[in-house]
Amino acid sequence: MKAHLSRRYLFSASHRLHSEAMSEQENQSTYGKCNNPFGHGHNYTVEVTVSGPVDRKTGMVCNLVDLDGFIEREVLARYGHENLNVLPEFAQEVPTTENLCIQIYEIVQRGFPYAHLERVRLEETMMNSFEYAGKAV
Amino acid sequence: MVYLTRKAEFSASHYYHNPDFTPEENRRVFGKCNNPNGHGHNYTLEVTVKGEVDPRSGFVVDLKQLKEIMHREVLDAMDHRFLNKEVPEFLHQIPTTENIAVAIWQRLVTKLENARLHRVRVYETPDLFVDFYGEA
Ligand SMILES: [Zn+2]
Repeated sequence: MKAHLSRRYLFSASHRLHSEAMSEQENQSTYGKCNNPFGHGHNYTVEVTVSGPVDRKTGMVCNLVDLDGFIEREVLARYGHENLNVLPEFAQEVPTTENLCIQIYEIVQRGFPYAHLERVRLEETMMNSFEYAGKAV
Repeated sequence: MVYLTRKAEFSASHYYHNPDFTPEENRRVFGKCNNPNGHGHNYTLEVTVKGEVDPRSGFVVDLKQLKEIMHREVLDAMDHRFLNKEVPEFLHQIPTTENIAVAIWQRLVTKLENARLHRVRVYETPDLFVDFYGEA
């Protein structure tokens, strides 16, 4: 029996949307308030969905202690209470929630060995959310 | 194809224990959930069915019927129960959220008329849920 397990985590971070490839004018018209020079923050909710056979011995797709530990160390500790713009992955890339969602997907995809990653959903506010399920999808 | 989702809530208690594990193994794998006295959750169940819209009724499924089936097959059996001791599926199977979703799927899948079961989603807490699509 293959099941999908989803777990939701919270972190807060700040960012400024600004692209070096655009003029001042273009940055303002593209990003609006999100382009304000000192940045602003969000309470992000990240929802990680993994899948796999339900292990007969444990009744689980994967042990939550493993998943929680991994996300805590690799995602929440990395992004929680940080300014995303100063992190190396956003040196060349605008820290939009789309790009952050892809980064988180890549981290889990590369590093979490205990179940198959289905998708990462990132909620920036209650109104906006983004999902990434890998290149092919 | 249209998808329709009906929600329900139930409260139940459970604990995680595998009789084939040693006591240490049980504690290591299941942590606090291994406490034999059990603990409880307010579960939220979402049942999604799919089908074509009936041209006469405009419905994918008669919601009243779906609600009745969910009550009869799932809530009557699981609401305000100690899952390990009172629900047949969990006498010999650990009532994890995964297994609860599978059990609910199996209880519902043959009972629906007209519409087909698409997904069973069980929230153990707002931060943790399992989806089962009937995949082997
Ligand atoms: Zn529990």
